[in-house]
Amino acid sequence: MRRIISMLMENEPGALSRVVGLFSQRGYNIETLNVAPTDDATLSRLTLTTVGTDLHIEKLTKQLNKLVDVVKLVDLTEGAHIERDMMLIKIRATGAAREEVKRVTDIFRGQIVDVSPNVYTIQLSGTSDKLDSFVAAMAEADILEVVRSGVAGISRGEKVLSL
Amino acid sequence: MELLSGGEMIARALEDEGVEYIFGYPGGAVLHIYDALFKDCKVPHILVRHEQAATHAADGYARATGKPGVVLVTSGPGATNAITGIATAYMDSIPMVVLSGQVQSHLIGEDAFQETDMIGISRPIVKHSFMVKRTEDLPQMIKKAFYIASTGRPGPVVIDIPKDLTRPDEKFEYNYPKSVKMRSYSPAQRGHTGQIKKAAKMLLGAKRPMIYAGGGVIQGDGSELLTQLARELNYPVTNTLMGLGAYPGSDRQFLGMLGMHGLYEANMAMHHSDCILAVGARFDDRVTNTVDKFCPGAKVIHIDIDPATISKIVMADIPIVGPVQSVLTELLGQITLLREKDSALPDESALDRWWQQIEEWRSAHGLFTGRRYGQSDLIMPQQVIESLYRVTDGDAYVTSDVGQHQMFAAQYYPFDEPRRWINSGGLGTMGFGLPAAMGVKLAFPDMEVACVTGEGSIQMNIQELSTCKQYKTAVKIINLRNNYLGMVKQWQDMQYEGRYAMSTYEDSLPDFVKLMEAYGHVGIQVDKLDDLEGAMKEAFALKDKLVFLDVIIDPMEHVYPMHIAPNGSMKDMWLSKNERT
Ligand SMILES: Cc1ncc(C[n+]2csc(CCOP(=O)(O)OP(=O)(O)O)c2C)c(N)n1
Ligand SMILES: [Mg+2]
Repeated sequence: MRRIISMLMENEPGALSRVVGLFSQRGYNIETLNVAPTDDATLSRLTLTTVGTDLHIEKLTKQLNKLVDVVKLVDLTEGAHIERDMMLIKIRATGAAREEVKRVTDIFRGQIVDVSPNVYTIQLSGTSDKLDSFVAAMAEADILEVVRSGVAGISRGEKVLSL
Repeated sequence: MELLSGGEMIARALEDEGVEYIFGYPGGAVLHIYDALFKDCKVPHILVRHEQAATHAADGYARATGKPGVVLVTSGPGATNAITGIATAYMDSIPMVVLSGQVQSHLIGEDAFQETDMIGISRPIVKHSFMVKRTEDLPQMIKKAFYIASTGRPGPVVIDIPKDLTRPDEKFEYNYPKSVKMRSYSPAQRGHTGQIKKAAKMLLGAKRPMIYAGGGVIQGDGSELLTQLARELNYPVTNTLMGLGAYPGSDRQFLGMLGMHGLYEANMAMHHSDCILAVGARFDDRVTNTVDKFCPGAKVIHIDIDPATISKIVMADIPIVGPVQSVLTELLGQITLLREKDSALPDESALDRWWQQIEEWRSAHGLFTGRRYGQSDLIMPQQVIESLYRVTDGDAYVTSDVGQHQMFAAQYYPFDEPRRWINSGGLGTMGFGLPAAMGVKLAFPDMEVACVTGEGSIQMNIQELSTCKQYKTAVKIINLRNNYLGMVKQWQDMQYEGRYAMSTYEDSLPDFVKLMEAYGHVGIQVDKLDDLEGAMKEAFALKDKLVFLDVIIDPMEHVYPMHIAPNGSMKDMWLSKNERT
């Protein structure tokens, strides 16, 4: 099953490599990874998605929790949550395709953020599934470049991941 | 408030931390530190002959005393040489603080002379590591390093120190913290009472109980409580290779070591048990044999300080996270309460039947009662260990290297106390024995310290004979000389039709007796059983001398029992070359 694991870690050099290293060391895969500082400059928030059985994920979260730099950790997929992946995608759009690309972008509530005579650059955010669907829909058109932020996530309601 | 340079801070912090020995080797990046140690530091420094030996010596010291071992090495090759020893300590959860020099801050990342990314290289084999960025942070970081290394599940911590931060001409306020708190690190202080209650009930309801105790009991100083628990209930106990001495080895309730080369009775009892109390043990693959077939009828109670160890390999029915001392104390209390309410617990007649069964196993194939080792005109390796046991009254510190000799020592030298048996169980590092023995002997100069080794292993850190001369560390080296990489040969005998690929040295071994003389030590060679006991006594009678006892043994002997793999269970064992369960 796909899991979104989100953690607060010390904003120290080496902290990220310890988290990432643990995955290769113990044979887990990271599908997406997103890291950035928070409102508290001493902490960064890291969110990653991975796939595994319940048992796998339990072992993994225990190992992650053991890392001295990891302050707090939550498996967002255990409860209601909001997840966002952000994509910038460059598509060759000429002639009739130009109108079609714009139409599909509107359907997905994407924005065209840059235009050149032959290329649209589109920004789209949402769940990873939604971004995948958009890429699939664009398959006919000519995709030039794709950049995704990786999933960032947060629990719904009152629940917060903080110190 | 005092002003100190970075180098002086390190010297002073080690004093303030109560460090007894620094094991190390100098070089460019740590010269400021060495100068500070030279000028003013009460902590003696032991100069090894190879940085790997510094880590093993610190490790041996730590295992014997329970206090963190301290290592100081230079950057680049000094740091990389320390890696094997750090990994060894990591695998066995040994507290250690390693200070490694680093090139000057402004050179980092430029492939400077003797630069290596120590934090990166050591990352998967440390509990934690620190890169010092500002001299002012040194006292706090050193305090944190000792705190992390020695609490919770212990382990090695590396502090990487760029040379410029130790300059003698830049001084800062020094104040060594009395304690530290870290928001991201807080090991469990006690177990969950509800879980402990459940465990007490399950344990008392068992008909075929087993106590399976590992190195965590020794590390957590829980041996006395474990022994009390086992005695109160009259339950049988087995120890892992790392746990030997956690329960008195010569006690009737002790079934010996379990696992790949575990005793027949220990493995049989585990397999047939209905309730296993695992304490500070981790269901290592050298213990379980095929996990799917592991102890099919047993419920498992698992006590460990490290939650990640519980249910990692074998699912625990009752997991309990906490320090062994506090959990066992509470468990004993709960057991007493339950027995006050119901004096029929545990089921005495079931327990009698269980002990009867165990005694049958014991007399059928037990090492000391039934099966004997092979007969030959040559000295058998087991006889050497038995002689060592007699001559030292079972009261020595015994370190070992890795191979057949290690297993014979583990099987034939029953340890009645914790911290006496010192070996590399997790990583299985050949070359561990001699430097570890130095660390132990320095910690306990009045105790007998024997290093049981093989002619293969001893040559992996033989340069330390020189260190032993310098510091007059009079350890006894017992070389079980079979002229083979014996454990490799055993596998080649069993699985490769005796094709000895690179497991022999073709007459290239040194004359160990002469080698000892060259170093100013004493070498004694024995090849007749009749001379063995006398030579052993002579070796230990030479109190102030390092003595190397080179015992020529039967090269064809194998270590048994041996688990049958793949696909075998705990009870599937070779008992001799042609006899199996
Ligand atoms: C550093 C290292 N290299 C290789 C091995 C693999 N190994 C395990 S036991 C062994 C043979 C050890 O020979 P010796 O020290 O003579 O002991 P014996 O088995 O003969 O008693 C080897 C090569 C190891 N454990 N450690
Ligand atoms: Mg050998």
